[in-house]
Amino acid sequence: MPAISMKVNGKAVSGNVENRTLLVDFIRTNLGLTGTHVGCDTSQCGACVVHIDGKAVKSCTTLAVACEGASVTTIEGIAKNGTLHPMQQAFHENHGLQCGFCTPGMIMASIDIVKRNGKKVSEEVIRRELSQNICRCTGYHNIVAAVQSAAEKM
Amino acid sequence: MSDTGIGARVLRKEDKRFITGKGQYTDDINLKDQTYAYFVRSPHAHATIKAINTAKAKKMPGVVDIFTSKEVEEDKIGGLICGWMIHSKDGSGMKAGPHPILASGKVRFVGDQVAVVIAETREQAKAAAQAVAVSYGVLPHNVDAGQAMKTKAQVHDVASDNRVYNWSIGDEAATDAAFRSAAHVTKLDLINNRLIPNAMETRAAIGSYDTGSEHYTLYTTSQNPHVARLVISAFHGLAPEHKLRVIAPDVGGGFGSKIFIYGEEVTCVWASKRIGGRPVKWTADRSEAFLSDAHGRDHVSHAELAMDASGKIVGLKVHTIASMGAYLSTFSSCVPTYLYATLLSGQYDIPNIYAEVDAVYTNTAPVDAYRGAGRPEATYLLERIVETAARELKIDPAEFRRRNFITQFPHQTPVIFCYDAGDYGAALDKALELSDYRNFASRKAASAKNGKLRGVGFSAYIEACGIAPSAAVGSLGAGVGLWESAEVRVNAVGTVEVLTGSHSHGQGHETTFAQLVSERLGVDINNVAIVHGDTDKVQMGMGTYGSRSGAVGMTAISKALDKIEAKAKRVAAAVMEASTDDIDFKDGTFTVKGTDKKMAFGEVALASYVGHKFNSSEIEIGLKETSFHDPSNFVFPAGVHICEVEVDTETGLTKIASYTAVDDFGTIINPMIVEGQVQGGVAQGIGQALLEGAHYDRDSGQLLTGSYMDYNMPKAANMPHIENFKLGFTFTKCPSNPLGMKGCGEAGAIAAPPAVINAITNALGVRDIAMPATPLTVWNAMQPMKRAAE
Ligand code: FES
Ligand code: FES
Repeated sequence: MPAISMKVNGKAVSGNVENRTLLVDFIRTNLGLTGTHVGCDTSQCGACVVHIDGKAVKSCTTLAVACEGASVTTIEGIAKNGTLHPMQQAFHENHGLQCGFCTPGMIMASIDIVKRNGKKVSEEVIRRELSQNICRCTGYHNIVAAVQSAAEKM
Repeated sequence: MSDTGIGARVLRKEDKRFITGKGQYTDDINLKDQTYAYFVRSPHAHATIKAINTAKAKKMPGVVDIFTSKEVEEDKIGGLICGWMIHSKDGSGMKAGPHPILASGKVRFVGDQVAVVIAETREQAKAAAQAVAVSYGVLPHNVDAGQAMKTKAQVHDVASDNRVYNWSIGDEAATDAAFRSAAHVTKLDLINNRLIPNAMETRAAIGSYDTGSEHYTLYTTSQNPHVARLVISAFHGLAPEHKLRVIAPDVGGGFGSKIFIYGEEVTCVWASKRIGGRPVKWTADRSEAFLSDAHGRDHVSHAELAMDASGKIVGLKVHTIASMGAYLSTFSSCVPTYLYATLLSGQYDIPNIYAEVDAVYTNTAPVDAYRGAGRPEATYLLERIVETAARELKIDPAEFRRRNFITQFPHQTPVIFCYDAGDYGAALDKALELSDYRNFASRKAASAKNGKLRGVGFSAYIEACGIAPSAAVGSLGAGVGLWESAEVRVNAVGTVEVLTGSHSHGQGHETTFAQLVSERLGVDINNVAIVHGDTDKVQMGMGTYGSRSGAVGMTAISKALDKIEAKAKRVAAAVMEASTDDIDFKDGTFTVKGTDKKMAFGEVALASYVGHKFNSSEIEIGLKETSFHDPSNFVFPAGVHICEVEVDTETGLTKIASYTAVDDFGTIINPMIVEGQVQGGVAQGIGQALLEGAHYDRDSGQLLTGSYMDYNMPKAANMPHIENFKLGFTFTKCPSNPLGMKGCGEAGAIAAPPAVINAITNALGVRDIAMPATPLTVWNAMQPMKRAAE
């Protein structure tokens, strides 16, 4: 089993994994960070989105060994010194979550959407780009509102 | 209203753990020494199981053991049950075929579980499952509800024509007479498409047996853990209730699919004992969820609506074939009967209704309650035929509805229900105004300029929620009553714990229930904890479905709070040396009438436990009260939704141009949460109308829509833009519970499909279009018009 090491949420971590081990399994099982979820097996729901070197990636479709030396951020790593990330705060204030299962992936994907599209990102663009993430509870209405409101503050 | 009391937009208390990745869903839990289960599933729609050879698989790395129906039978583990007895017209009971937790002798749908492999890792269990050799004798199959009574493929021995029951409601002779004297009859054939619930968290379970205490624990993704414990104990016979703890921790959405007791969960907790007490964990793949979660809808109906010369509805006749799938799931039998045909009067004064329902077995996944459960099917049928009738009679659809609205309450329908309160005209007025119906023609003209066809569609829905009273549902065949329990524990420091039998899997109970306590006791909501989902903490409960947590669950809490208040008044009176009758309680303070004596709620709480401030032989020490609330009627939320669509004539793509929802939910505890429920429900309804549909291949019996590549879930881009999605509320108080609440969880999913389809048929000028109205379906529907225009 290959040994891998990477940075997760700013901390150096390492472990032995199989070649086929997915990043999401490494994060959830080896590291015990269960905020990153698995909602499908066809890489479509986005519940598993994390950031690898600053970019949103579906961790269910990424091999752990491919992340050797990378810097990975999960939902557990975006609040700074106890202060929520503006996107987390916006999901709370806009009631952008119900059961919460899609939420970590939604937040991680949304941060990336704002980073790439800027403060003035349009509703059209948010909706199009969020089509990589499925939520069964909210109807997306308040998620879109949350992303718009966070965009102004990020 | 205080800023955290009833009616306040309080931000959710539960959010913090979810937005920081600290939620605890079943798959997030790992027990010491746990093993992993993987199920061997049938590749055939219908086959006998000739032999199962596990020898090779058992030798694979990491395999702990493999079980089939043989071991289940050895341990006398009972089969899955359907908890609602439905009788046919001829008086005979429904024909329930056996439903073992692992298939025995025969498989009846693709995905039916045949064996379970338990191994050290999930990958090892999965690999070994592929090595289990099952030899099948393939039988003819049928996946189509409409063909079930004609096919040679007999799913269960007990039902020779695949018919579970032939049930009816209403007065057939009177309805026939009304049709004979009618001036106009509208007829429509409708299919309510089969849906797959798709909560984003798939089902999961960890079963664990303690060999020392002989005690079982099951962590599971359940909407009603107490019902799960009851069924596993009483029917599967695994262990008596005091030896079985069921925990439903954070649950990632349910929508009905997590009400039911499934074979996999029972297998995990049973198998743990078989392997010597090591925990057994199972988490469904999404592909397994598609195959094995209970599906929803799947009705084939014929409806006829009769009107007199003035456009007044005089009768409704309905025949429905409802697919039950291959087995009767936990509540499946009541869905196309008492949750469906009892709603066929809608918001209308229809003097004569007759409906007949044939429930049938097919070689498909079991069908049971999915958000709305029966009520969406009733609303779709009625609102489609009402809209069609209005068009045929050339009466404006809003006006036609208004002409037929019930206006006097209480109103007894011909199909059991007695509607207690409502103002349907008010909701219609508000929806017309919010949607700017008056100027629809100019918007239609503007769309036409862009080459788009614009249409408008209405849906005036009613639903019956709460699902009660117990005696009434018992007389209709329900195996259990549908009450709810609550226990309110006030701690000595004045903080409050509420133990509830309701279960939150997205509904925000930790916030709304705390708002009720805050309002009643004047306690800060941060000093209120809501405890749910654990049978060792909460004694008994019926769980959350059918929009019942507000009207039934919160009423139980409210009644327990009444008792808390009464007891606290006695304590306050004793401490302040006054008569209990002279104690007033307001905003968290007890005062003695006509004096300046007062005690804060927290002081009274402390006095209750200190115990020497009053005579403990007269007043019992402590401040803790329980209530079991059995409602006196269903509750009847209702509303009017109006949808406008724009259809692209080149591609057939339908866009929701605007959506207006006006609902009467009675008292609203937290408008922010209620709006969220409506938005989510409408999204599911739009999903049913435009995108979603479960398809089994007729020839092979395979599920063709078995992943998100083939099953089209609603995405952010399918929903109307924020400014085009308008919500409004009207208010009539529900008279059957003290809070005046009606329930809001299912309204959107119930109302939206006919609103969308009415809008599309209006845009296209066609009589009907099938759900889901995909671009291809819509494009095909447009071709005759295009040809005519050429
Ligand atoms: S788990 Fe669904 S996309 Fe990764
Ligand atoms: S909040 Fe439940 S899936 Fe999005």
